[in-house]
Amino acid sequence: MNPEPQSGLQRVLSEGGFAVTAECGPPRGGNAEVIRDKGRWLKGCVDAVNVTDNQTAIVRMSSIAACVHLQQMGLEPVMQMVTRDRNRIALQSDIMGAYSLGIRNILCLSGDHQTFGSQPDAMNVFDIDSINLLRAVQTMRDEGRDMSGYELDGPPRMFIGAVANPFADPLDYHVIRLAKKIEAGADFIQTQCVYNLERFKEWMRLAREEGLTDRVHILAGVTPLRSLRMTQHMASKVAGMDVPDSVRKRMAGAPRGKVAEEGTRICLETIAELRQIEGVHGVHIMAIGGEEKVSEIVEAAGLTPGPAVA
Amino acid sequence: MIVGEQKPLDEIRDQISPFKKVLILGCGTCVTVCFAGGEKEVGVMASTLRMAGAVSGQEKEFLEATVKRQCEWEFLDQVAEQIASVDAVLSLGCGIGVQAIAERFPKVRVYPGLNTSFLGMPVEQGVWSARCAACGDCVLGRFAGVCPIVRCSKSLLNGPCGGSHDGVCEISPDIPCGWQLIYDRLEVLGLLDTLEEIVPPKDWSAGMGRGGRSIVREDLKI
Repeated sequence: MNPEPQSGLQRVLSEGGFAVTAECGPPRGGNAEVIRDKGRWLKGCVDAVNVTDNQTAIVRMSSIAACVHLQQMGLEPVMQMVTRDRNRIALQSDIMGAYSLGIRNILCLSGDHQTFGSQPDAMNVFDIDSINLLRAVQTMRDEGRDMSGYELDGPPRMFIGAVANPFADPLDYHVIRLAKKIEAGADFIQTQCVYNLERFKEWMRLAREEGLTDRVHILAGVTPLRSLRMTQHMASKVAGMDVPDSVRKRMAGAPRGKVAEEGTRICLETIAELRQIEGVHGVHIMAIGGEEKVSEIVEAAGLTPGPAVA
Repeated sequence: MIVGEQKPLDEIRDQISPFKKVLILGCGTCVTVCFAGGEKEVGVMASTLRMAGAVSGQEKEFLEATVKRQCEWEFLDQVAEQIASVDAVLSLGCGIGVQAIAERFPKVRVYPGLNTSFLGMPVEQGVWSARCAACGDCVLGRFAGVCPIVRCSKSLLNGPCGGSHDGVCEISPDIPCGWQLIYDRLEVLGLLDTLEEIVPPKDWSAGMGRGGRSIVREDLKI
């Protein structure tokens, strides 16, 4: 990891703070005002904002451009980058470009398969996988060289993130995969939304046993459920999601008009539990389509952005 | 083997609609084995097209032939006279067969009756499954004989993505997760520790994207 923090997020984590990040999806069009609205909701209540890269394979404003809009408002972006749509040439080029625009955090993913998206006829790329993207960013930063070994004029020095899904199978292998991501360059990890705390704790226990939590900052993902329909959708339609029956029952049992409130309560309880787990260094709040609710959650959870005061 | 399936009848009729006399040419190798373009399918296709022509009141003539392998010119030469006698050839061979005809008979119109689907094998009666991407740089040795390029929807080399659940791929419950298959095989073979190694980016230079690839064996050239 970098000796000198490159980004605010890195500073918070390296100083032992409990980081709070949120997620912001760019619009399906060129209207920057959509991003700015989300930026206004998130400003001051999180340490950094992830900007998704054509998430669920739906064509949207580019992550780099949306990151710059947020940056101009004084927010710190985490640029997400998937290997689905670009080959290694385009990936490296965009990372250099993003760095030149002031972007200092990157999250490397393979990306949702195009069959889920708005243009399933598209060909996917997957020239390299997320682990080799991590390694490429690490090599650019630490050795100042691109994937061909060419010495770069102005190496992009990124704080590097990866994702992990503690709920995917096989469980044991996803711990090995976490180790590989750390080895390949991940400084921080943002996880899939946690609803199944038992499984998450088990995954964390395995990660601790392997000494992985000492080598990487793990930010646990949470998403407040807003409706029964969303609960159903998350439980059955979203790839890699694990919504246990207990959560579904609580949502179904909430009185009419109080369903979203119950979703927020579950989210807050989850955050409280996550904070107790050894090795969890932050939360990543993915309030899908509800960015205006993030500040409420951050406040109610008693989280404050910025480095922890010892 | 090469696995194909017939194009929809409307598309086939559309392609050959300008022509009065058409040779339907089958292939006796891969597409015979996958019941898509062998002698039997040529017969059924010819009858279907004749009936469709009769119903729509068009005067059309359909000849039938099947060669042992459409992908070799010497077998195509055996039906050269028939090919020369028609307005167009409807090939029920794979895409290689169609191109072999086009190269051997430059003035002949040739149309595909099949979609060439993949390199694969039958896994049960009536079911075929892809096994090889012909990437030109085989990695099966590293992955216990299961190909991640073909069997993982993202062709990942360093393990399953977060969408692997209960052994199936996130894109469909009918598609086994290629990485679960690799994991299971490695477990049986006692080789799970090999998964800890980071597999570097694949060299795709032996595969698609650089025009028609060729293999030249000097020792076999005459």
